[in-house]
Amino acid sequence: MNSLVVAAVLLVLLGLAYQVGWSRSRTVAVGADRRLHSRPAYHGTLAAIWVLVPVALVLGLWALFGPGVTDSYIRSQIPADVAASLEPAQLNNAMARIRSIASGYGVLGEPQPFENQAGQALRQFQLISFLIVIAAAAGLGVLALFAARRRITPALRARNQVEAVVNALLVACSAVAILTTIGIVVSLLFEAIRFFTFISPVDFFFGTVWNPRFSTTGTGGEGDYGLIPLLWGTVMVAFIAMFVAVPVGLMSAIYLSQYAHPRLRSTVKPIIEVLAGIPTIVYGFFALVTVGPFLSGIGNAVGLDIRATSAATAGLVMGIMIIPFISSLSDDILRQVPKSLRDGSLGLGATRSETIRKVILPAALPGIVGAFLLAISRAIGETMIVVLAAGNSPILRLNPFEPTSTVTVTIVNQLTGDTDFAGPQSLVAFALGLTLFAMTLVLNVAALLIVRRFREQYE
Amino acid sequence: MTDINMQQTGSEASRKRLEIIRASLSRRHRAEAIFKGLGIAAIVLALALVGTLFWQVFSKGTPSLFQSTLHLDITFDPEVVEVGPAPEAGSGLSPAEYEEAYLDWRRALALVNWNELIANAIRDVSGTEIDGGDVRALVDNNAGLVLRSRFQDNPDLLGQTVPMDLLVSANGDNWLKGTIDRDLPDERQQLSADTRNLLDELRADDVITMDFAWHLFTNVDSRTAPASAGLAGAFMGSLYMMLIVIVLAVPIGVASAIYLEEFAPQNRITDLIEVNINNLAAVPSIVFGLLGAAVFINYFHLPISAPLVGGLVLTLMTLPTIIIATRAALKAVSPSLRQAALGLGASKTQMVFQHVLPVTFPSILTATIIGVAQALGETAPLLLIGMNAFVASVPASPLDQATALPVQVYLWQGNENRNFFEARTSAAIIVLLGLMLVLNAIAIFLRTRLERRG
Repeated sequence: MNSLVVAAVLLVLLGLAYQVGWSRSRTVAVGADRRLHSRPAYHGTLAAIWVLVPVALVLGLWALFGPGVTDSYIRSQIPADVAASLEPAQLNNAMARIRSIASGYGVLGEPQPFENQAGQALRQFQLISFLIVIAAAAGLGVLALFAARRRITPALRARNQVEAVVNALLVACSAVAILTTIGIVVSLLFEAIRFFTFISPVDFFFGTVWNPRFSTTGTGGEGDYGLIPLLWGTVMVAFIAMFVAVPVGLMSAIYLSQYAHPRLRSTVKPIIEVLAGIPTIVYGFFALVTVGPFLSGIGNAVGLDIRATSAATAGLVMGIMIIPFISSLSDDILRQVPKSLRDGSLGLGATRSETIRKVILPAALPGIVGAFLLAISRAIGETMIVVLAAGNSPILRLNPFEPTSTVTVTIVNQLTGDTDFAGPQSLVAFALGLTLFAMTLVLNVAALLIVRRFREQYE
Repeated sequence: MTDINMQQTGSEASRKRLEIIRASLSRRHRAEAIFKGLGIAAIVLALALVGTLFWQVFSKGTPSLFQSTLHLDITFDPEVVEVGPAPEAGSGLSPAEYEEAYLDWRRALALVNWNELIANAIRDVSGTEIDGGDVRALVDNNAGLVLRSRFQDNPDLLGQTVPMDLLVSANGDNWLKGTIDRDLPDERQQLSADTRNLLDELRADDVITMDFAWHLFTNVDSRTAPASAGLAGAFMGSLYMMLIVIVLAVPIGVASAIYLEEFAPQNRITDLIEVNINNLAAVPSIVFGLLGAAVFINYFHLPISAPLVGGLVLTLMTLPTIIIATRAALKAVSPSLRQAALGLGASKTQMVFQHVLPVTFPSILTATIIGVAQALGETAPLLLIGMNAFVASVPASPLDQATALPVQVYLWQGNENRNFFEARTSAAIIVLLGLMLVLNAIAIFLRTRLERRG
């Protein structure tokens, strides 16, 4: 109800301001017998901006401090002797009861006289304070409107001022992306440094045992937080994924960009790209219920001990996930190689495959390497597939058919549902996140620079 | 061609050279064929993988779209339903007092043995006398609640007989569908031999039929009554998050793309921003989850498990996608349009907002849909901000506890009743994939329309 009133007042004021600015500019233009610098719509918009700023300021301040003011008012309405006899929890309860009485909802049991009084007083206070805020906002808005109206002359550069405001808004929006990066770096660093007050960085980065004990009582130790097993698991899974994705992705990109008939290309490419749109949790489920049992069935048939959840399962499915990523990036890059190189090679009598292998691929190599780096970055940051299919066993093992664990899995395990960032058990997630962010940052930036240089080379 | 060459040259050396070339030619053609074959094999493999994945999900999920449903005539016997009349609002009671009386009445309803009504109805149909334990094994735990809320909505039902559809329990559904091995010995079966026989008998008499599982879309998640668990809560949670993403990411993303592409000076700072945005697009999603946990929840104390926080995290994640796509679209607008506008005296802002931006509108829309589809399928960051909590209600606002569709998939795949929930999870995936498919189809449709016009 109240917010509806506020919105209505705001809309009416803005509409009024626009209208006033618009008509005033036309009037002064006629009176001064001079052409307006800006069109009336800009004068109207400028007036509306003038009104919006003070009104939004007042309403914002009230939204920020209003609840606190109301609380202290309620507290002041409880008689001092009663307030002294109540414990904090009871005091809160009494305040809630007073609110209920004031809202007309009523309370259970017979309300005490002071509660009734306070409820009535609060009701008045709420009404009056709301009216004051509305009046202050509207009054300031009207004052601003008068000021804006007086400023309007034919020479007023209203359009430039409106455009300056628009420009400022655009800059503010661009800042969000930068603030996000800063926020990531600062929050990860801050929490990671807190983690390093518990565990020394040397033990973290070079430790080979991962065993964060969840009960820190008694034993004195806080568990072992060695990064190496997780890092090894991450690298192994990413390597298997690339081993699957690179040949398939690159070969299909080559076929689609160099051999395929345009019609085939335009049907097959979107189908492969469908793979890229599938949520990773679906791949995880696919790995868990289909690929894992399939691999372990093969293992049984040939007499190998292959676990259903293992680095191989997760890596294989992650490879499937990355195929469209590699194929569409490589496809773009192969198509950017100048046609003259290809035609020259074909004209000298080379077969198509020779042209591709000896001319186009070497020319496109930097770009393709960049695409691979982006794919690796994607693979080490992937979470849900490994959470479901890697077996969650953070032990240093060389065998890819044994369960393993990765950095991302461990972040999920250590932080899921836990908001109390007090102990190393949850803070370690941020140290792991920082490691992950640093790794992907290096890969991404390297890839971006390589790809950019490649583009510039052929532009 | 080679014959002519031979006649013309004739000399020993060149004939030798030709021989070498001819000998190598078949080798080279063979290499060509192999290379091309590898390309085709790669494509076929990739397509086969898409096919396998979809086939697996659909073949596993479709059976659980149909679920064993028990059709019974339930009599609200006054001897079993022993409660007073429902309190009425406004009869001299303050709202708080009415609420209290109503709660008392509902408490009395909760104590009624609803399962006895079901047991009576089954006895009437099959002639088998069963007790409360058997009822719990036979029908879903939710059945009592269904009867209760039916009665609560309409207290006049007391003494009447109404036909009702109740879900068979998860174990019963497993037995009837054969997702549990029917030849397993008694001690390894979840249900007693009597209950199994009764189920088969009711199925043969068409008292139990396989009906379309509407409740999958209308019910919320449930732990105690797995057969009636549905996606409604997760769907609303995802919907709230997507609305937040659209409301925040689109204006901010488009605005910053406009600034960076049209207004920003070309210098090292804008270069850095460009690298920064491209990097953000490739930052692992789980890092955004860490950001959300540290900043939104730990620092700003926003509510945990709330779609609001999830929406904000996904907004930050989607932003780079939208910025990059919008910049590409702005770049593609032909210079003649800009020059014409500027030449006619438009200011730079007017040129951008009134002439360039409207042309790019379809591409921005496509990018938005693709970004939203990506955000819809994201799971990992949501786990870190507590959206994997078990929530048995439909969130009424973005500040309530909620879960999301992909997180629901994650929760269900971890359920202990694997026989039942593997199919249920696949069904949830079908719903999720269906939504994404619709979104992508819209994006492709818009793209082709755009291309046709351009």
